[in-house]
Amino acid sequence: MESVDGAVRTLPSIGRLSRGLLFGGVHGRVGLSPSSRLLPPAPPSQENVDSQKTTFLLRKQWTLYSVTPLYRFSDTHLKDYARLLSAFIAAEKQKGLAVEIGVELGIKVAISSLPDLRGSDRDQAAILVQLSSRSPASPKNSEEKVIWSGWFCSVSGDDFSENVPEDFTCLPLFLANGAESYTSIVGSWFQKTFDCCFRRLAISPLNLSWMAAMWTGCKVDKTASAMELVFSVPHLPQPLDISYAIHPEDAKALWDTVQKTPGEITQEEVDVFMDCLYSHFHRHFKIRLSATKLVKVSTAIASAHCDGIIKFLQSQYLTGVLMLLTELAISQIQ
Amino acid sequence: MQRRQTPKQPLQVHRKKQTDLSAWRKGGRIDPEKSVQNHQSPNNQKNDSKQDSLEQALSYFEKVQDRVSLKKNNVLQKHLTTVESIALQRGLPPEGFDVLLNVALSGKLSDTVNTRLLKSLIPASVIPETSVVSSVSWLCVSKCSSNIQLLFLRWLITVFDFIDHKERLHALYGFFFSFLQDEKMCPYVCHLLYLLTRKENVKPFRIRRLLDLQAKMGMQSHLQALLSLYKLFCPELVTITLPGKTKTYFKDSEGPWKATINTVRQRKQENSLVSQPLFLGTAQPQSRKRKWNTQLIIPASSTNKNNLEEDREKQRVDFYGTNESFPVEQLQTFSQLLQNIHHLEFPSQMGSVLTNPLLLHYMNCIKDESIYLRLYYWMGQTLQEECTWYVADNKQYEEFKDFLETVYKAECFLQEGFSSCEEFLYKSLPLWDGFCCRSQILRLVSWIPLSSFSEMKSHLYDPLAQLFFTSSLYFKCSVLESLKELLQNWLNWHIIHLDSESDSQAHSLNTTLSGLVNVVAELIDFVGWISTVALRLENNPTFLLYFILDFYETVCDMYLRYNLPLLIMPPAGVFYPALLSMDSVSLNQLCYIMYRYRTNLVAAKENELSKKKILQFKFSSQTYQEYNQYIIAMVGCLWTSSAFQKDIHPQGLCMDDELLKKTTVQEFKTSFNIVYHPAMMGYAVLFLQQAWPDDTTFNFSLIKGKKWNWYLEYLYAQGLKGLKVFIESSINRVSQASHSKAGNMQA
Repeated sequence: MESVDGAVRTLPSIGRLSRGLLFGGVHGRVGLSPSSRLLPPAPPSQENVDSQKTTFLLRKQWTLYSVTPLYRFSDTHLKDYARLLSAFIAAEKQKGLAVEIGVELGIKVAISSLPDLRGSDRDQAAILVQLSSRSPASPKNSEEKVIWSGWFCSVSGDDFSENVPEDFTCLPLFLANGAESYTSIVGSWFQKTFDCCFRRLAISPLNLSWMAAMWTGCKVDKTASAMELVFSVPHLPQPLDISYAIHPEDAKALWDTVQKTPGEITQEEVDVFMDCLYSHFHRHFKIRLSATKLVKVSTAIASAHCDGIIKFLQSQYLTGVLMLLTELAISQIQ
Repeated sequence: MQRRQTPKQPLQVHRKKQTDLSAWRKGGRIDPEKSVQNHQSPNNQKNDSKQDSLEQALSYFEKVQDRVSLKKNNVLQKHLTTVESIALQRGLPPEGFDVLLNVALSGKLSDTVNTRLLKSLIPASVIPETSVVSSVSWLCVSKCSSNIQLLFLRWLITVFDFIDHKERLHALYGFFFSFLQDEKMCPYVCHLLYLLTRKENVKPFRIRRLLDLQAKMGMQSHLQALLSLYKLFCPELVTITLPGKTKTYFKDSEGPWKATINTVRQRKQENSLVSQPLFLGTAQPQSRKRKWNTQLIIPASSTNKNNLEEDREKQRVDFYGTNESFPVEQLQTFSQLLQNIHHLEFPSQMGSVLTNPLLLHYMNCIKDESIYLRLYYWMGQTLQEECTWYVADNKQYEEFKDFLETVYKAECFLQEGFSSCEEFLYKSLPLWDGFCCRSQILRLVSWIPLSSFSEMKSHLYDPLAQLFFTSSLYFKCSVLESLKELLQNWLNWHIIHLDSESDSQAHSLNTTLSGLVNVVAELIDFVGWISTVALRLENNPTFLLYFILDFYETVCDMYLRYNLPLLIMPPAGVFYPALLSMDSVSLNQLCYIMYRYRTNLVAAKENELSKKKILQFKFSSQTYQEYNQYIIAMVGCLWTSSAFQKDIHPQGLCMDDELLKKTTVQEFKTSFNIVYHPAMMGYAVLFLQQAWPDDTTFNFSLIKGKKWNWYLEYLYAQGLKGLKVFIESSINRVSQASHSKAGNMQA
C-alpha cells in the first residue's frame, strides 16, 4: 500500500480491494486510441546519434510483441543473464541431459544494452539479445553467425514506466527476428525469470492508416520507393488482395494539403487523407477500398503488416516509428 | 514412533465459499481453531483409523522375526495388505520408509513379501535420506536376492527427487560405483550415478573403469550416458568421441511406481483447497501443444532462480536478517508455512499462486504492491489473450472456462476481487453474448471491487442491463443472484474494513463511508429498476420474484447486520407484485422482509434519539414515509380488509368504491386478507377441512373470532414464519378474543 499514490486511484478510496490498479483511470482501462498525436522529433536532432550502432536493425523483418514490465531485472547483470539463458537454451535443446552452466555450448548468447534506442533519458535503454552459432567442426575463433536476435525497447514510454514500482523495468516492446523456436525459448526464459508476459502485437487497420499518413509526411533524401498499401477483401472464398501503389511525391503533396498544424496529426486528418486515396481509387477502378481491410503499409520509412510485422528502412526515423509502436504495446498491456 | 498428522486443511473453502460473517457478528468471534475442527468431518475420522492400522502394521514389520511364511501367517497378510492399500491410496509417511526398507532388504521375509513391500513404497511427501543410506548398507552385505537388489535400485531412481537431502547419499558415490561390476545391476547403477554425479566425482580411475567396462560389454547406452556426462564435466579427461544423439539412454526408468506416485499426488491436490492440478514438473502433461506465449497453463510454483550472487547480498538485509529463503517447491503443509513464513519467497511466476492455497494464505499476509502487480499483469494478459467469445475450438473453450473457475475460486479464498479481472469484465461484457461461460462470468461479477458509480454504470450496469432485458428468465435470475452476491461482498468488505479502520492510516471515515453508501445505493437502485422491468416483461413469475426478494433480504438488514447507515425500500413495482402474488412463498418472504425493515428502522430511530450528537448519516424521512405507506397497504390487505380505502401509495391499490362495485365482486373488501388472498386460500381450505370435516360448503366466513386465532396458529405451523414475525411485530392486536383492526403503523 505504501508505494501507491492515492491520487491516481479511482474514488472512493477502496483500500485493498483494488490493489494492483496503479495507473490509468477510465481511459487507460478501455484503451481508447488518442485523437491526435504529436509527431516524433524532427530528424536533424537525431543525426548526432551514432546510427552505425543501429543499422543492423534495418531491412530485417521484426515480429512485434508486447511485454509486461520485467520484475527484478537489472541491466548490470546482463552477462550473468546471458550465461543462464545459454544454459537454458542448451537444456531445452537436449532435453533430459545434464547441462552445466557456463561451459561453452553450441549456441552463444550475447545480451547487451543499446543506449541509443530511447526517446528520452527517462526511458530504459533498449536490451539486445543475440544468439549465434558456431559450427562444431571449426575452431573457436571462426566467425560466429547470428542466427536469431531480439530486442526490448521503450521509446517515450515514460508515462507508463513512471507509475510502476522500482522493482519493475518497463520495456514494453519486443521485436524478434529469426526462427520462432528460438523466440519461444528466449521468451519462455524471460517469462520464467522476470515474471513477465509476451503477447503478439497486431496492428489494427486504424493504426496502419496512421502509419501511412505519418510516414508519408516524412522527408527522405534519396529518391524514394513507391508507397504501397495492401488491402484484403473480406468474406471471399478465395483470398483477394488489392495492392495500391502511389508515387511518394504525389502522396506527400496530398498529405501537405491535408495537414494543418505542422508537428501534429489528428485523427480527422488521417481520415481525410485516406478518404482522398480511396475516392481516387474508386474513380479509376470502381472499387470502394473503405469496405476492405487495410493489411499492409510500405513506405520509404518502414513497412508494417497488420499481423504485427515491421521492417525499418531509414535509421533517422527509427526512434519515431518505435515511439508509435511503444505506444501500441503499452495500450495492449494496460 | 512419532505420530504424524495428515496435512490439515486450514479452511474448507471449497465447501463453503464465504466466511459466515453473520455468525461472526452475532456470537462474537468464532475461534478459528474450533471452526476448523467442526468442519473436519467423518472423513477425518476415517483417516484416523487408517492411521492407526498403518502404525500397527509398521510396528509389526519393525519387530518381525525371521522367515515368517506369508501363506500360513494371517497377521503378516493383514499388515501387508494394510501397507499396500494405504500406499496406493495416499502414499506412505516419511517414517514408514526406514522400517519397510529395513525389513525388505534384510532378507528376513520371502521375496514375494519383499517385492510387495518395495512396490508399495510410494512417498506421500518426502523420503528421509537416512532410510536410503541404511538400505544401501543392506545392499552391501548382500542379504537379499539379486532381484530385490535390482528392484530397490529401480525404486531409488524413480523416487530420487523425493529424497529430502542428498549429501550423505553423495558420500556413497564410491559404493554405488563399485556395483557397476555386477552385469545385471550395471544399467540401473549407471542411471543412479548419472543422477548423482557432480564434477568432483569425475576421476581418471573411474573413467578408465568405465572404458574397460565398455570394452568388455560393448557400446551400451547407459555407459555412454555416464561417459558423456563425465565428458561434459571434464572434457580434458574424456578424450573419446561419443555418438552425438541418443534418444533414450535409460530404458524402463519409471518402474512400477511412477503412475501410482502421480495418482497419489493428484488425489492429494484434489483434496486440497483449490482443486486444480499443480502443473509441477512433468507430472501433468500438457493436453496439447500450445503457442509458447499463451499463458493459460498456470505456471508451476518454482523458486526464483534469478537471484544472482549480488542480489543475495542485497536480500540479506530484509526478511528479519535470515539469509536462507525457503523454497516454495518444498512448501507442502500449513505448519510448514507457519514455521517458514519469515523467510518464504514467492515463486518466480506469480501466476502459480492461483492453484496453491498455501501461497494464497501467504499472499494475504504480505503487504507488497509488487506481488499484486505481477499477478495483475499476468492475469490481465492471460484473460485478454484467451478470451475469444466465439471460439470454435471446444477444447480451448473448456480450458478457458476452467481458468475462469480457478480465478473465481482464488477470489473466494482471498475474499477479494482481482483488479485485472475487473478490467477484463469491463472490457468484455459489452461484447459478451450472455451465454459463453455464463456461470463463470456472472460469478466473477460478484467479486468486482467497489468503485465510483460513473464507472460502474457505463462499464457494468449498462451492458448487463442490455443482456438482462433480452435474455431468458433463467439468465435474469442468475444476474440477480450474482448482484446479490456482489452486494454481500461489498458489505462484508465494509464490515471488515470498519473493524480495521482504527489501524488504517489512509482513509478518513467520512469519504469512505459516504462513497460506499452512494455506491451501494446505486447498486440497489439498479437492481430495483431491472427487477421492476423484468417482472413486467415476464409477467410476475414466482421464480423471478424469489430471486428479487432474496436480494432485498440482504438490503433490508444492512443497517443491523452490516452496520451500514443505509436502507432502501423496494420499488412499488416489486412490492405490489409480491404482495398480490399468487404464491404463499413470495408473500411470506415479503412479510419477513418488511419485518426486518421495521426492526432496522426502529433501531436506527432509537440510535438517533439516544445519541445526542449529530449523526453523520440519518435515514431520510422519505424512507420512513415509504415504509409506512407500504405497511398501511399490507396491513390493509392482509388484516383489516381496508386496502382499497387506506392505501396511500401513489402507485398503490387505492380504488374508488364505485369502481370496485362495477367489478361485481362481492365482498371485495376482504378479498386480500389472510383468508381470501389467492396465495393463502389453499391454506384456508385445508384449515376448514380440518376444523369442520363434515362441512363441504367451504364457508370461509367461519374463520373469525377464536377460529381466526386458530387459523393463525395453523398458518404458523405450516412454516409461514415470515408471516408470523410480521403479524407479531407490525399488528397491534387489541384483544385476543376478537380479530382486531388497528395496526401499529408508526415505526
